[in-house]
Amino acid sequence: MPRGIKDKVAILGMGCSKFGERWDKDADQLMVEAFDEALADAGIETSQIDAAWLGVGFDAQNIGPSGIPLSMALRLPNIGVTKVENYCASGTESFRGAVYAVASGACDIALALGVEKLKDTGYGGLPVRSRGTTFDMIGVTGSAPGSFAQIASAYRAKHGVSRDDLKRAIAHVSVKSHANGAKNPKAHLRKAVDMDTVLNAPMIADPLGLYDCCGVSDGAACAIVTTPEIAKALGKKDLVAVKALQISASNGWEMQQGGGWDGSYFHTTRIAAAKAYEEAGITRPREQVSLMEVHDCFSITELVTMEDLFISKEGDGWKDVLDGFFDADGGIPCQIDGGLKCFGHPIGASGLRMLYENYLQLLGRAGDRQRQDNPVFALSHNLGGQPVQNVSAVAIVGLHGA
Amino acid sequence: MTETGILSFGAYIPKRRLQRSAIHAFNSWFAPGMRGLAKGEKANANWDEDAITMAVEAARDGLTGLDRATVAGLTLASTTLPFADRLNAGIVKEALALPDATAASDAAGSLRAGSSALLQALGGQETRLVLASDRRLAKPGTEAEMNYGDAAAAMLVGQGDVIARFIGGHSVTVDFVDHYRSSGAEYDYAWESRWIRDEGYAAILGTALKDGLAKLGVDGASVTRSIIAVPVKGVPELLAKKAGLNPDSCVDPMMAIVGDSGAAHPLLMLAATLETAKPGDTILLASFGQGADVLLFEVTDAITRLPARRGVAGHLAFRAEDANYSRYLFHRGLHNLDKGMRAEMDQKQPGTTLFRQRKAVLGLIGGRCTKTGTVQFPKTEISVNPNDRAQGTQEDWPLAEKTATVIAFTADNLTYSPDPPSFYGTIDFEGGGRLVTEFADVTKEEVEVGVAMRMVFRIKAVDEMRGFTKYFWKAVPANKGDA
Repeated sequence: MPRGIKDKVAILGMGCSKFGERWDKDADQLMVEAFDEALADAGIETSQIDAAWLGVGFDAQNIGPSGIPLSMALRLPNIGVTKVENYCASGTESFRGAVYAVASGACDIALALGVEKLKDTGYGGLPVRSRGTTFDMIGVTGSAPGSFAQIASAYRAKHGVSRDDLKRAIAHVSVKSHANGAKNPKAHLRKAVDMDTVLNAPMIADPLGLYDCCGVSDGAACAIVTTPEIAKALGKKDLVAVKALQISASNGWEMQQGGGWDGSYFHTTRIAAAKAYEEAGITRPREQVSLMEVHDCFSITELVTMEDLFISKEGDGWKDVLDGFFDADGGIPCQIDGGLKCFGHPIGASGLRMLYENYLQLLGRAGDRQRQDNPVFALSHNLGGQPVQNVSAVAIVGLHGA
Repeated sequence: MTETGILSFGAYIPKRRLQRSAIHAFNSWFAPGMRGLAKGEKANANWDEDAITMAVEAARDGLTGLDRATVAGLTLASTTLPFADRLNAGIVKEALALPDATAASDAAGSLRAGSSALLQALGGQETRLVLASDRRLAKPGTEAEMNYGDAAAAMLVGQGDVIARFIGGHSVTVDFVDHYRSSGAEYDYAWESRWIRDEGYAAILGTALKDGLAKLGVDGASVTRSIIAVPVKGVPELLAKKAGLNPDSCVDPMMAIVGDSGAAHPLLMLAATLETAKPGDTILLASFGQGADVLLFEVTDAITRLPARRGVAGHLAFRAEDANYSRYLFHRGLHNLDKGMRAEMDQKQPGTTLFRQRKAVLGLIGGRCTKTGTVQFPKTEISVNPNDRAQGTQEDWPLAEKTATVIAFTADNLTYSPDPPSFYGTIDFEGGGRLVTEFADVTKEEVEVGVAMRMVFRIKAVDEMRGFTKYFWKAVPANKGDA
């Protein structure tokens, strides 16, 4: 077992732009918005950053290839900037680059920034795109909700959950996130909704209705990381440290081998979660994890993820959801900031937005939505791709030394 | 065993049957004269079907229970071949996973393309698969729109244990332009039906019938089944009578349930006739189009040993009544509904990748690891088996004829589909292998986790910018329409 990342890297500062339909801003302006906040929080100069990682999910929108757009937007001093793309895990992937750079000792201070301009496509939802020439000949170019909706059919079949029960459970997921988002000034969607509205909304991809789907947004988020020693030397007292950082990528097993994966869960999330808990030294996640930001691209994704993160027992996630266990005042709040559902989902920024919320909550800086029970470990999770073939990222941050 | 004749037959009729009353309800304000034709239904191909895909399905039906290695050649006859210069029959050959050493050719040019191809094949020595398939377009408000249906038929021809012995044939060619369609044009231009009846059917076909019977020395009264593929009520009986055939022997042209499937129709009627034929029956097949073909067969005992297939009857039973004229028009480019920005994705097909992956894409051939037996799609260098990443061990493993089970699925209203919602999901093949693919021609009631599916060859997408049709395999519920 490698030694892992636990407590080797601390977050020096974080920033997040307002998410939403930022009709008046280009990607470079969103990057500056997030970066300014992080830089002020970190209390350093731009010239102190040794290297940077840029996470973006969709190439075609706004920024184009390479790390240059980040270097230009922030006028970085010709340091190395690496652009990373790993589906919806791109933001966490950029964070991993910066964290590993600091942990290796190659850098003292590193920057991770994720950005996405999705409202320049002319239509709602994610841009339709190729997944490579071979895939395009034999794969299904469905919508994102269609891809994820399939997990509901297999989940119902495996666990004998009725269509109505599952529909109510996933509706609760969205009602809860809307209630949370209403309290978040940076959130894209800030309107509470009731169960009936969710249940009766137009069907997007059976069984997912309009409110079972997150919005897509414009936005940017960033983190500046360093070693705990440097952070202290710079005058930081309460340190949020990285406890675990794991990414798992499908190798084709789910999609290509019959009789294996049953379609009802996320294989990669289970692998990434198990490794992350081990790396963080967490043995009883349901008792030890204080709060979670998971990849609720669709309500069903969040519900199933509660099981894949070993918080709910397999087949019981829907009951925990309906019991309010993941509500803001529940056992483990999930998406206390509104989640992808309401904070919004600018792909490349999302993983860093989750870390941003967890960072604020751990430091008691989350304002109206601050969890009052002194959170210790906060987990964030991304899932990119589709159930049959995806990238899953699990990051755990916590108070340094915890 | 040197008799030449038909070894097997197959058919394909699309599931949706457009109600002619629905056409007339929409167009009667403009074309009230169509009222008399506004009865019954016609088979209409879905957006993802064309002469090639329907021919593949008819061929698979016709090859039920047979060793495909016996097929030495194949002809695809149609007046609506998707490609003017790319061997359409070559796509069928790949879909059927026939060996490269297959002589394949296209036949076209008239509504006799199918019967003439059959006649030619019967004159040869090799085992040849003759396919006839048509998906003709018709302008709204025309007789053609009311009459045309989409279908395909297959006849496996050769020597040996024939189910119908070829007695002989007779062909005449006359440049009688009852209708025509110039190269590149979409619609037929047709002359007055009364003239066609008198100078075409009665004079040209009528004479050919008489001459053919005389040439072959067959007494018309001995013919038990007369297939006179003329889509006009009463005309076959009239011609039969004049030629000395028993008018009661005339086979139903299926106008009320299929419609006129063009070059496919004579062979479709022949398939329907063979389905109910008895040993000893004499079958006459006559077709019309810038002349006429007359073919005579005698049914043998072997027909009783032919394995069950869907055939015409099976496909007719696997039917969905369709009153959605708007959708029918849209699928034929006659109704300019806005497809939205999601439909704008570039469908450019690199020729190089299609060629490299042609067995997977067109033949649905996956891989089977010779070491562990793991089946996968597509075939790759390293096995997908997580317990044994064996390298370079995979053999070709055809999946198209295997049934599969639904593991997960959805009905997607957001993604662009010409036939929304788009159904797709994950299926596991009997004997191993998994595929995520679209489901064709399904309704919400037909799909659930655990339901059995079978594969069909369909259009995946069309690159409208460059005029290229992309094909792949989709799943449909199994045991529907199975014999």
